[in-house]
Amino acid sequence: MPEKIAVEMRGVTKRYPRVLACDGVDLSVRQGEIHAIIGENGAGKSTLMKILYGMVRPDEGSIKLNGKPLIGHSASDSIKLGLGMVHQHFMLIDPFTVAENVVLGIEPTKAGLFIDGRAARERVERLSTEYGLALDPDERIENLSVGLEQRAEIVKVLYRGADILILDEPTGVLTPQEVTELFVVLRALRESGRTIIFITHKLNEVIELADRVTVMRDGSVTGVVSAAETTPEELATMMVGRDVLLRVERQEATLGEPVLTVSKLSALGRKGTHVLENVDLEIRSGEILGIAGVQGNGQTELVDAITGLHATSSGSVTLSGTDITNLKPRAIRDLGVAHVPEDRLERGIVPDFSVAENLLLGHHHRAGYSHRGLINVAKMEEHARTLIAEHDIRPADPSISAAHLSGGNQQKLIVAREFDGAPTLLIASQPTRGVDIGAIEFVHTSILKKRDAGVAVLLVSAELSEIMTLSDRIAVMYGGRIVAEFEGGTVSEEELGRYMTGAGDSGDEPVRNRPLDDNSPGQAAAGGEA
Amino acid sequence: MSPPGALGTITRARKSDGAGKLVSLLSPLVAVLAAFLVGGLVVAAIGESPLRFYSVLFRGAFGSVDGIGLVLFNATPLIFAGLAVAFAFRSGLFNIGGEGQLYIGSFVCAWAALKMPGAPAVLLIPVLILASAAGGALWAAIPGYLKARFGVHEVINTIMMNFIAVALTGYLVVEIFKEPGQMTPQTAVIPVAGELPRLAGFFQSIAVPLPNANPLNASFLIALVAVWLAWFILYRTTLGYEIRAVGHNTSAAEYAGINVRRTLVMAMLLSGAFAGLVATNEIMGFRHRFLDNFSSGIGFMGIAVALLGRNSPLGVLFAALLFGVLNTGALEVDIFTDVPRELILVVQAVTIILVVVGNEIVRRRLAGGAQKRRPSKEGLEAS
Ligand SMILES: Nc1ncnc2c1ncn2[C@@H]1O[C@H](COP(=O)(O)OP(=O)(O)OP(=O)(O)O)[C@@H](O)[C@H]1O
Ligand SMILES: [Mg+2]
Repeated sequence: MPEKIAVEMRGVTKRYPRVLACDGVDLSVRQGEIHAIIGENGAGKSTLMKILYGMVRPDEGSIKLNGKPLIGHSASDSIKLGLGMVHQHFMLIDPFTVAENVVLGIEPTKAGLFIDGRAARERVERLSTEYGLALDPDERIENLSVGLEQRAEIVKVLYRGADILILDEPTGVLTPQEVTELFVVLRALRESGRTIIFITHKLNEVIELADRVTVMRDGSVTGVVSAAETTPEELATMMVGRDVLLRVERQEATLGEPVLTVSKLSALGRKGTHVLENVDLEIRSGEILGIAGVQGNGQTELVDAITGLHATSSGSVTLSGTDITNLKPRAIRDLGVAHVPEDRLERGIVPDFSVAENLLLGHHHRAGYSHRGLINVAKMEEHARTLIAEHDIRPADPSISAAHLSGGNQQKLIVAREFDGAPTLLIASQPTRGVDIGAIEFVHTSILKKRDAGVAVLLVSAELSEIMTLSDRIAVMYGGRIVAEFEGGTVSEEELGRYMTGAGDSGDEPVRNRPLDDNSPGQAAAGGEA
Repeated sequence: MSPPGALGTITRARKSDGAGKLVSLLSPLVAVLAAFLVGGLVVAAIGESPLRFYSVLFRGAFGSVDGIGLVLFNATPLIFAGLAVAFAFRSGLFNIGGEGQLYIGSFVCAWAALKMPGAPAVLLIPVLILASAAGGALWAAIPGYLKARFGVHEVINTIMMNFIAVALTGYLVVEIFKEPGQMTPQTAVIPVAGELPRLAGFFQSIAVPLPNANPLNASFLIALVAVWLAWFILYRTTLGYEIRAVGHNTSAAEYAGINVRRTLVMAMLLSGAFAGLVATNEIMGFRHRFLDNFSSGIGFMGIAVALLGRNSPLGVLFAALLFGVLNTGALEVDIFTDVPRELILVVQAVTIILVVVGNEIVRRRLAGGAQKRRPSKEGLEAS
C-alpha cells in the first residue's frame, strides 16, 4: 500500500559554535505512524525537532510537510499547518484552569467580546473523552500532577488542530502507570490518523509503542528500523556503537554505622497541610535506601527537609550523630551531604553560567577553589576538565554555557558535580532523568561505587526498575508518610505499585517486612492526607 | 541575560563562541548607525540639514583634542552611574536609585572634605573617594535590606530614596551647610588638597595639546579602574560568583548553599558604592563643592547606559563614551546651528532609544532569530 509521507526532512544541518548538532539528517515519517527518535545525549534529537517545529533555523536542508515544502517557518506557522509540539517543560499558566489554558489565544467568544467559558469547557471535554485523556476542565493547572499537566498540554495541542504531534521525552517525568495511560492515548491518536513523533531514552518503550525508529548518533542518522523487527539490545548497540550492559553488577552491601537518621519528621506545605508526617528513616554507611512513590507524595519535601531547603515543623534529622535539623543548606552541604536535585533546570544548574562555573556550584566557597574571597580560575578549569572527562560531558568544553548543553548532558554535569568530593550522604533524586542508556549504566555504576566506598545513599526515583536494581532497602512514600519498607529483592514491582497508590495504607505504622528493633506500635498517626 | 561573549563567563580562554562574540560586538555598532540614520530623519523633518547637524555634532566631539577631552569628561559620571545599575542587575535587582545614591555620595564627600581642612592630599584624596563610595553604598543598602528582609520591591524603594536624597541634601545645603554670605545653595569650596588633578598638564607633557581649561580630571582614571573592579568582583571573586548565581537562578543559588539575602544586600551595597563615586568627578574633580540639584539625572542616564552596555562592565564603558559623544556634540550643535536646543535634546533622546531598541533587534537578528523569541525556560534548555 502506498504510504503517504507526513514529514520529510532532507540533509538537515545545524551548526553551533562548538558542535555540529545535526549533520545532514534525513528523517522520513509516514502518515499515521508512531515514529520514535532515539540516540545518545547530545545526538541532536531535540535540535532536529526544534528545527521541524520552526523554533530553530537550520543552516542547510529542506523540510516537507505532507509533500509541501516548508521554508523559514516559525512555530506559529507550524501550528497553523497542523504541527504540534508537547514540550518537555510545559508551557501552561499555573493559576488558570485546564480549559482556560487549552483555549488560550483562540478562545471561543460570546458576541466576540466575552470568553465563552461553557463552550471552552465543552470542547475540552469532547477532546479528552475522545482520546481517553481524562481531565477536569475546571481544575487549575497548579493542582495537577505532572502526568495530568502533560495531558492538558496534549489536549491544548489537539485543540489547535495538530495532526502531527511531536513529543520530546514525554515519559521522562511520568510514573509507570502514567506512561501506560499515555501510551493508550497515543495509540488512540494514531487510530484517528494522526502522526506521532516521540523522543525517548527508554528502549522498551520504543519496542512497545513505536512503528518505526530512527536512531541518531553524533548528529547523524545511523539507522531506521521497524520496531517489530528489533530488540532493545540491537537498538542500544546502534545508538552507542558498543554493547551496553542493560543491567549492573552489584556486590553484597557491607553496612556500617548509621549516617542519616530521620525521626518523626513532619513538615508543612504552602497551604499549611502536612506534606511530611512522622517520617522515620535510617541509612547506614554503605547502604542504598530507595524511595519509591508517585511524584508529589512528599519525596521532594523529604529531600528538601534533609538538605535544609524546606523547614520542618517537628522531628529531627541527624547526620552521623550531628543534629542537622533546619540548619542552613551550606552548613549541611559542608557536613558532607551531596544532592542531585530532581529538577535540573530549576535548581541543578545556572543556565547562564559556563560548564566550569556550574561544576563549582555549592563547592565554590571551599578551600582550593576560593582563597580569601577570590575564585581560583585555573583550579576551577582543571576541576571542570577532570569531571568532564570522567563523566563524558559533551561537548568537552568548560567555557560553553550550560544552557547550550543537551538535556542529558546537563544532567550528567549535575551528577558529576554532586558525586565529586567525598560525600558521606549522597541524595540522588531522579539521577538518570533524561540521560541515555550508556550514561544510565555509568550513573548506576557510580552510585554503587559510592555505596561500596561507604557512602550512605538516598535514592529517589520515579523509575521503579531503577529503585529495584539499586536499592538495598526500599521505602514507599504515600501522602507524606512512609507506608511500607522492604529489603531489596524481596518485593515485586506490583506490590510496590500497590503501596504507592495507597492501597496497602493502613493509616498506621508502616508495613515492614523485617522486624524493626525500635518499633513502638500504638502511636497512631493521623493519616488524613489520603 | 548576558550575551555569550563579552565578559560572559569567568573562564579565561574563550576560543569558542566566536560567532557569539562577533554578534555582541557588532550589534551595538549597527544599532548606533541605524539610530543616527533615524535621528537624521528627525533633523530633516524639522527642516535642517542632517549632514550639517551630524558634521557639527561630530566636529564638536572629535574635531579637537579639547572636544575629545570633553567627551571623556562627560562620560566619566555616566560610567559610574552605569556600573551601579549593571552591577545590581547582575544580582537580579533593578537599582534605579543611582540618582539618590550619587547625591548622598557627593554630599558626604563634600562634607568630609570640609571637616578635614588641614589634611594633606595623600590622606584626603583616598578618604574622600572612600567617603563617596560609602555614602552611596549606605543609601543603596537600605532598599537592599528591605528587599532581602521583607521582599519589598527595590524599584519602589529606590525611587523613594531618590526623592529623599535630593530633598535631604537640598535641605542640608540650604539650611545648614550653605556657604556663608552667598545666595546660591551650595557648600563652601573644599580644600585644594581634596581636589583631583586635571589631566591637561599630563597630556601636554606627552605632547597632546589638551587645553588647561578642559575639565577632564583624574576621576576618569578612577572610572576606568572601577570598570575593571566591577568585572573583577563579578568574575573573579566568590562574592561575584554568588551575585551572578542569585541573579541568574535564585533557587539554584539557594540549593547551592548561597545566602541569598546577604548576597542581595552586598550587591546593592557595591552598586551604591559605584553610584557614590560620581562624586569623584563632580565634587573632587570639577565643582569642588556640593551644589544643590547639581546632577540633572546622571543616575537615570546610568540606566540607559547599563542597558545599552548589556550590563557588562566593558559594555558600560563604551555606552558611556557614546553618551559622552552625544552630550558634547550637542553643545556644539546648540552653538553653531539653528536647531533649537529642545530639538537637540529630542534627537539625542531619540538616538538613545533607537540605540537601545535597535541593539536588541539587531542582536536577535544576528543570533538567528526564531529560537530567541521564546524567553521561557524552553529557550534555555537544549534537551
Ligand atoms: N543553543 C545552542 N547553542 C549551542 N549548542 C547547542 C545549542 N543547542 C544544542 N546545542 C548542542 O547541540 C548538540 C545537540 O543537542 P540536542 O539538544 O539536540 O541533543 P539531544 O539529542 O536532544 O540530547 P539529549 O538526549 O541529551 O536531550 C549538543 O551537543 C548541544 O550541546
Ligand atoms: Mg534533548
